[in-house]
Amino acid sequence: MKEIKFILNGKEVSVEADPLKRLLDVLREDKRMTGVKEGCGEGECGACSVLMNGVLVNSCMIPLGAVEEAEIVTPEGIRETEKGKLIIDAFGDAGAVQCGFCTPGMMMATEALLTINKTPEEEEIREALSGNLCRCTGYDLIVKGVQIASERGKDLW
Amino acid sequence: MGAKISIPVRRIDAKEKAGGWAKYIGDYEFDNLQHGRFLRSERARAKIIEIKKPVFPEGYYYVDASDIPSSGKNNIQMIKDDWRVFAVDEVRYIGETIAIILGPDKQKVLDLLNEIEIIYEDLIPAFTFDDALACKGGAVHGTDNIFAEYLLNVGNTDNAFKIADKIIEGKYETGFQEHLYMETQGLVGTWEDGKITMYASAQCPFYIRKSVAGTLGVPLGDIRVRQVTTGGAFGGKEHFPDVIATPLAVAVNKIKKPISMIYDRIEDISFTCKRHPSKITIKTGLDKDNNIIAMEIDTLVNGGAYESSTPIVLQRAILHGLGVYNIPNARILGRAVATNTFPSDAYRGFGAPQGLFAIEMHMSHIADELGLDTSDFKRKHFIKTNDITITNSKMHDDVKLEEMFAKIDEMSDYSSKVKKYANDPVKGIGIAFVNHGGGFTGNGEQVVIQGVVKMKRLDDGKAGLYVSVVEMGQGLQTTMRKIAAGELGLSIEDVVYDNPDTDIVPDSGPTCASRSIMVVGFLVQECAKKLKAKWEEGVGTEATHQYVHPEEFVWEQETLQGDAYPAYGWGINVVEVEYDPVTFEVKTEGVWAVWDVGVAIDETIMQGQSSGGIIQALGYASIEKCELKNGAFMQHTMADYTIPTSLDFPKVETVFIDNPYKYGPSGAKGAGELVFDAAPPAYAEAVQNAIGKRIYDIPVTPEMIMEALNK
Repeated sequence: MKEIKFILNGKEVSVEADPLKRLLDVLREDKRMTGVKEGCGEGECGACSVLMNGVLVNSCMIPLGAVEEAEIVTPEGIRETEKGKLIIDAFGDAGAVQCGFCTPGMMMATEALLTINKTPEEEEIREALSGNLCRCTGYDLIVKGVQIASERGKDLW
Repeated sequence: MGAKISIPVRRIDAKEKAGGWAKYIGDYEFDNLQHGRFLRSERARAKIIEIKKPVFPEGYYYVDASDIPSSGKNNIQMIKDDWRVFAVDEVRYIGETIAIILGPDKQKVLDLLNEIEIIYEDLIPAFTFDDALACKGGAVHGTDNIFAEYLLNVGNTDNAFKIADKIIEGKYETGFQEHLYMETQGLVGTWEDGKITMYASAQCPFYIRKSVAGTLGVPLGDIRVRQVTTGGAFGGKEHFPDVIATPLAVAVNKIKKPISMIYDRIEDISFTCKRHPSKITIKTGLDKDNNIIAMEIDTLVNGGAYESSTPIVLQRAILHGLGVYNIPNARILGRAVATNTFPSDAYRGFGAPQGLFAIEMHMSHIADELGLDTSDFKRKHFIKTNDITITNSKMHDDVKLEEMFAKIDEMSDYSSKVKKYANDPVKGIGIAFVNHGGGFTGNGEQVVIQGVVKMKRLDDGKAGLYVSVVEMGQGLQTTMRKIAAGELGLSIEDVVYDNPDTDIVPDSGPTCASRSIMVVGFLVQECAKKLKAKWEEGVGTEATHQYVHPEEFVWEQETLQGDAYPAYGWGINVVEVEYDPVTFEVKTEGVWAVWDVGVAIDETIMQGQSSGGIIQALGYASIEKCELKNGAFMQHTMADYTIPTSLDFPKVETVFIDNPYKYGPSGAKGAGELVFDAAPPAYAEAVQNAIGKRIYDIPVTPEMIMEALNK
């Protein structure tokens, strides 16, 4: 057991746990942030995507010990921001949401993409989403959702 | 696409899901929650000699068949009840449930599980179709390993073959396919107010209630099932949740505490049902003018170790065996065999994709053999309204395939590309034509389901909608509200439709068979009309409506004769590919789809179904290989069972045509499975045209292409 301090959705937090505990479990069990989903537990599907120091990561692959002093953002951290609301609305208007299990992760991937590329081309969007698997949509309407977010969010990102 | 109801609305569940507010089964908190794990068979076919268990600490339990109450049965009540809740004395497949280990600490439960040792005496297992038909090691099921055998006949096939000018044969195989819903299987069973309640990620709450009540030997009303937001299903959560719920209920009944049984991904891929593998042989007789005059089809599907819904899957495979063609003399033999593999079960399409893959490839191969253009040859044989079907009835649908072909030809430039790529060394284009019967086969809706829906006027001008069909991603929370709201003149937000709870909603039947909109949606529309008529009676006024079978559709279940389905969805897909002659990898350059689903209840939701169904089907056709080794699936993770990513296929170009069905809500027909059916043969034909060698099996892997080219 070790006390690890990090910044979670803008607030400093401290967790006392095995430093090898998966960040995914820390977020879901200790912090009850269930917007972070477990789809595979091996870094393949992206359902547990969070931002770590602004970079999109799979929280199932990050041991708690590795987030010491890091800034972690989960879906809970952006869904009520202007950018988060815009992505959610864009996804809604595009029809990007079906079963929804992958969608919070898709929102994180969109936030990560638009932060570095405000006006991505379709191929760049597909590349940016390629670590997030979806079994329902065939991706087309998620891509459209990102395009809508990009158009509407020119002044935000 | 002109209907008012087709105008898209924002899905009612979009925001709560996208933002991560929606709660799935693993997101709920339960006081004093215990964690369960299954002890499973590691052998495909063996006697259990002894189970060596460690001493269980206080609060940890081993639950097996001996814990089933004397009033109950160690059988899962599905269509049949041959599948056992817990294996006793012998095991029939790798992964069969033997016991549940449970307790408060997940890790301790896993440690206990690892300490258990099972001593087996191995028997000779049967894995392949040949093993099954030869009853290798003795029959797994009955005396002959045949779960079901059907014979369909139209015309006089033997005579027609005698006068045939030429005969062409082919053998087609398809493999297992894993559903890979993003949310794994999961249920939590609780003991509330002296009653077992199951919270389930599931398609069919009343199936779970029936199976659990049967296992415990209690009245149906003693079991409550509450569906929770479900992260994808595709058929995988149709009957399989019964296999988890029944042993779980035995455990809850024993300890009277909440227990969670949520699979991790490795368990889910390794130990859940897959799509039935198939082996279909087709022999066709043609006259001098290259008209098909006779066809004989032999269909085999592998049902695995227990029956589950296998006979019905087989029925659908053979009822779709002739595809969209008018074949005057045809005979189809269908057999579902038992093996010592994990039981196969429902998967989007339910047998139709297997049958349609075979017939579409066969038609393509005949055209190739005769030096004809595939689409010309297929179009010449299109079934038309009032033509005789394989079940000796008439095709009632207004068949619009020609209009649809003109549309897709214009969108994809198919006809000119076929000619252009004929001599291209790396490019190819393929086309497939399909239909898919909506609702339960034959008179299943009338005899088996007898669905009921209820509506009620609530406070504040709202209406409650009570149905047992579930939202699982396909958009039902939105489309059902649109149907009800449209009749009542309300906004969709004013229709209350919660996740079904068997204590509250009537049994409108399961969420499967492309029936939710076409059949249950129509009941909702009719029920809403009734409620509207007595709306002024005030808050609390209720209306119910039960399924009435349209008289013009007649069916004889014993002989499988008559109108197999009241209405079909129709579709055409075109797929364009280019392959790499060095690595044999295939790149898909274009995908087009034209669908007749009657009327789309929401065009955007249907676009999502089209893209999603097609991409899932292209995975099935290309990369989703699931193999057996000694009865165990070799693929266990998302790294070795890969599904399409956003980079693997281009955008699907989709168009819908209107063709209203009079017993569908606003004219809508079934759609959720149809969208899967056409892409596999269209893809396989595109690859075949690119490489210049015939394709008979899917998935078409680079290895298969290399072998075909080296032959």
